[in-house]
Amino acid sequence: MLLERFVFLTLDGLARGTAYAAFALALVLIWRAARVVNFAQGAMAVACVYVAHSVTAATGSYWAGFGAAVASGLVLGAAVDFCVMRLAAGTASHLNSVIIALGLVLIIQAVLGIAYGNEYLPTPAPFDRTAITVGEFVLLSPFDLFVIGTVAAAVAALAWLFGRTPVGLRMRAGAFAPEVSRLLGVNVGGMLTLGWALAAGLGAIAGMLVVPTELALHPHAMDLVFVASFTAAVIGGLDSPPGVVVGGLAVGLTLSYVSGYLGGDLSPLATLLLLLAVLLVRPEGLITRAKVRRV
Amino acid sequence: MSAAPLLTVRDLVAGYGNAAPVLRSVSFDVEPGSITAVVGANGAGKTTLMRALSGLIRPAAGELRFDDVDLREVPVERRVRHGLAHVPQGHGVVAELTVDENLRLGGLWRRDRADARRAVAEVYEMFEPLALRRRHAGHQLSGGERQMLALGRALVGRPRLLLLDEPSLGLAPKAVAQTMALLRRLRDESAVAVLLAEQSLRGALSVADRGIVMSQGQLVFTAPAKDLRDNPHLRQLYLGF
Repeated sequence: MLLERFVFLTLDGLARGTAYAAFALALVLIWRAARVVNFAQGAMAVACVYVAHSVTAATGSYWAGFGAAVASGLVLGAAVDFCVMRLAAGTASHLNSVIIALGLVLIIQAVLGIAYGNEYLPTPAPFDRTAITVGEFVLLSPFDLFVIGTVAAAVAALAWLFGRTPVGLRMRAGAFAPEVSRLLGVNVGGMLTLGWALAAGLGAIAGMLVVPTELALHPHAMDLVFVASFTAAVIGGLDSPPGVVVGGLAVGLTLSYVSGYLGGDLSPLATLLLLLAVLLVRPEGLITRAKVRRV
Repeated sequence: MSAAPLLTVRDLVAGYGNAAPVLRSVSFDVEPGSITAVVGANGAGKTTLMRALSGLIRPAAGELRFDDVDLREVPVERRVRHGLAHVPQGHGVVAELTVDENLRLGGLWRRDRADARRAVAEVYEMFEPLALRRRHAGHQLSGGERQMLALGRALVGRPRLLLLDEPSLGLAPKAVAQTMALLRRLRDESAVAVLLAEQSLRGALSVADRGIVMSQGQLVFTAPAKDLRDNPHLRQLYLGF
């Protein structure tokens, strides 16, 4: 019985962790490009899930809603960079960007509350959430497999984009060395906007995967998910996409074990304790490369 | 040297923010296929001049023409398309990217992808150490290799004018001599014009066709490099050696 429970909690934690990893990866995309922790990522993702909710309600198709969420994420990300974040660009302090992001959270959540109300809206999952049982072992549900598969595909697509395409090379160069990149003909501002769009698109995907597993859809649905994903990003190292995936899985497992063995009420506390421990012991993240020497 | 100037600079005034301008009414020409050395002490305005020419800082006044193009109207990202390449001080290698990625980055703007690939291959032929380290990250290279990489990356764009800011900075004398020899070769074989900002006076004047002496943001003297190199009186007066 103990083993069966441990296996269940482990698999459940991995499934949750993949969604956290996707969301944390969205944070890392912005961090690497603009050196900003996008505290509005959760609210932006929720806004996209609301768009999906509306489209699904209008068309009756979950997949039309999923596509609309991703598309609206891309547009919202680009709009946030182009219309809002550039106001803070060029200012001496990154604190300005953080404050703008926090302001965005308030605005987005208020607008969602006005538009949709603050009650909990049911968000059905596209696949059965009942776990498959093999003998005594309760394994993953079809929805869990969908989550893992979707995140794996998104991560592979990003790895291909950044590692194999000219646009990815421009984006990396623009993030690492904006001035030199401009001298080499890279439209650094455009690449930054594209980075925001991709991050918000990925955040929207993460929102679509996480919200059905939470209570329901409401303007604050991603608040705790943001904290968990931010913890994952810090654990993995904000500059390390592979580290963030590992960080997401670590957070997912921790939360699953804590809620399974100690009670669900302790999950948020466990997340914060984990974040605190990492910041005290290894603030640069557990999986980070040696610091690159500026040349 | 009777051809129309490739670069014309007239009464250029430039600086940083609201502070007093660093460059004050600088005027000179760069001829096609020539090497022009800009020499002067620290703080003379050499780097500011380079940054104003490549568009990294916006001139407050003056005229900048590259061929028939008014450079003040061209955004910094577009200047490379006109044939203007700037290798900044400290070489500007993207430390996180590999040698190969740095070189490919130099030709990403080009429509002729095949020629861009050819240009990368030529750089590998020109700089064998880079060919051996094409998968190494920029931060893993030695100072000399980084210099090769920055220069090679600029050449991938097949520039008509290279702006080189202190290419000898931090390099061993042998590497400096190799860099100067390469510049001479580029001028002679590819007709690339070079504007070379240097503190290493002997190195710069050994390879240059013309010398420009700057002091406190002003152009104080210009002459054929040979005259500056060989005339002890001029050397003593303007260069202090």
